[in-house]
Amino acid sequence: MFDVKKIRKDFKILNREVWDDKPLVYLDNAATTQKPNCVIDSIVNYYENYNANIHRGVHKLAEEATVAYENVREKVSRFINASDEDAVIFTRNATESMNLLAFCLGESLKEGDEVIISEMEHHANIIPWYLLRDRKKITVKFVPVTEKYELDYEALEKLITNKTKIVSITQKSNVLGTVNDIKKISKLAKLVDAIVIVDAAQSVPHMKVDFSNLGADFIVFSSHKMCGPTGVGVLVGKKELFEKMPPYMGGGEMIRKVTFEDFTCNDVPWKFEAGTPNIADVIAFGVAIDYLEKIGIEDIYEYEKELTLYALEKMKKFEFLKIYNPLLCHSRLDRESIKPLVLDSHPQSQLRTSFHGNDIGGSGLITFSNPVVHPHDIATIVDQYGVAIRAGHHCAQPLMKKLGVSSTCRASFYFYNTKEEIDIFINVLKKALEYFEIGACKNLKQVSGKG
Amino acid sequence: MGTAMVDKSTPQLDELYKEIILEHYRHPCGREPLERVDLEADGMNPLCGDEVKLGLQVKNNVIEKVHLEGHGCSISTASGSILADILKGKTLEEAKKYLTYVKETMHNKPHSIDVEEGDLEVLEGVKKFPVRIKCALLPWTTLEEAMAGHKHVEIS
Repeated sequence: MFDVKKIRKDFKILNREVWDDKPLVYLDNAATTQKPNCVIDSIVNYYENYNANIHRGVHKLAEEATVAYENVREKVSRFINASDEDAVIFTRNATESMNLLAFCLGESLKEGDEVIISEMEHHANIIPWYLLRDRKKITVKFVPVTEKYELDYEALEKLITNKTKIVSITQKSNVLGTVNDIKKISKLAKLVDAIVIVDAAQSVPHMKVDFSNLGADFIVFSSHKMCGPTGVGVLVGKKELFEKMPPYMGGGEMIRKVTFEDFTCNDVPWKFEAGTPNIADVIAFGVAIDYLEKIGIEDIYEYEKELTLYALEKMKKFEFLKIYNPLLCHSRLDRESIKPLVLDSHPQSQLRTSFHGNDIGGSGLITFSNPVVHPHDIATIVDQYGVAIRAGHHCAQPLMKKLGVSSTCRASFYFYNTKEEIDIFINVLKKALEYFEIGACKNLKQVSGKG
Repeated sequence: MGTAMVDKSTPQLDELYKEIILEHYRHPCGREPLERVDLEADGMNPLCGDEVKLGLQVKNNVIEKVHLEGHGCSISTASGSILADILKGKTLEEAKKYLTYVKETMHNKPHSIDVEEGDLEVLEGVKKFPVRIKCALLPWTTLEEAMAGHKHVEIS
């Protein structure tokens, strides 16, 4: 039974007030989630009771710390259903995981080879490939996003050729919430034996991800977006491929033998974990996984979807609020009748939850903008009423360009949010828009001939 | 919880969004094109992706006109509007003084010089919102680059 009131007691921070007396309504979960008390306690417990460097010491504390750290690999593996043929590597964050892949896989790429990413990628899945492009003279190609905020799979089919060596795509967009069909993408990529990488930073925290069933080679995500501490990234992938890859960073732990002349690498995964890792936070991340499993990732998904649909039903009634979410899409006909910049409310729009029988995502986050009121102003005003949302380009400037804006607002949910909080958000959003726009929007309306 | 809290007053908000700021935001100065662009620069706030283009028409060391374009939030738009309004007819040296003055205000430093504040005074309210200081500074750092003859600036 999903009991949000009980769940909220697990998060001390959710009790705090901001700006003197406003209860915190935290809707910036796509940026980072809050941490349950058990995760925070785990960090304190580690430092109070068994802080020691791992793998090296033979003393009791070192053994306890090593076992606790290494156990988290198994928890991660189980959580995303990885297989025995996969290795779990800990990094600093999903960004570092992606950089590691771009650097190490990139070593074997040659001039003219191609890497395919999509228009809805986070900068973390763009810049590492640009860096590789500049180093190796490869080409980076983008799969377009359609007007329904989905990947253009037909275009992807055409983009994939024998030159394609790597296809790296997000499983869930941090701006649109769109869930991409990784299985389909993998199938296409495997026709030309390309390596498939999944950016799962926004999916693993919010939905059941079955890595063994995706057909992908690597998956990256981050602890802090799923109730774990910051400073821990995850990289899971085929052991066989990791073994062929050159190491990323050199130093302690990643070596087997070092002489005055040379060195040999340690086994995977340690080959990719040079230096003392973030022991306390990896262990606490394991506690976060336990916590999420106890609540149940399927229930989390269902509950977030309920919250999202609840919010969308209210938000679509707003005049001049442009919502970028696949759950709320104009039909083609609607779109053509809309003049640039002048965006109407969404009275005719039906909420849709599936497309050709597949989950289209859109759950857990709602990105929106208003042609008159700047996202920063909206975010500042709602913050004054205790509501934390994100405003900016969400580390996805190319996608912003595609959407025709320089920035947007984003409200993103997690399982500890409530419908009451969404009511508060909707009310203060209304207030924020009213604060600025009344006159300006009326003018727009007259220009468009719709008012 | 509920809707009651929405009606509680927020003195901070009124301090940030003073009526003069909103007025500049709704009807910004410096939007008319220049006859001649003598100095110009592009500015960008990487935090939010906001971009501004600033041009100066200068004759005999005097700024005849300031032109601004781009999209920004109310704070950066108003700050740019005040800039355009205040610097019209000022010498480049005076413009530099204003620039120093605004930077000192935003970084909460004591003023080393005195200028006629005019509407600049309303930017004081921005200081209470540290994340918005960059918004207020964007047109001014772009002005600095334009005066230095640089073409592009990112504030960091």
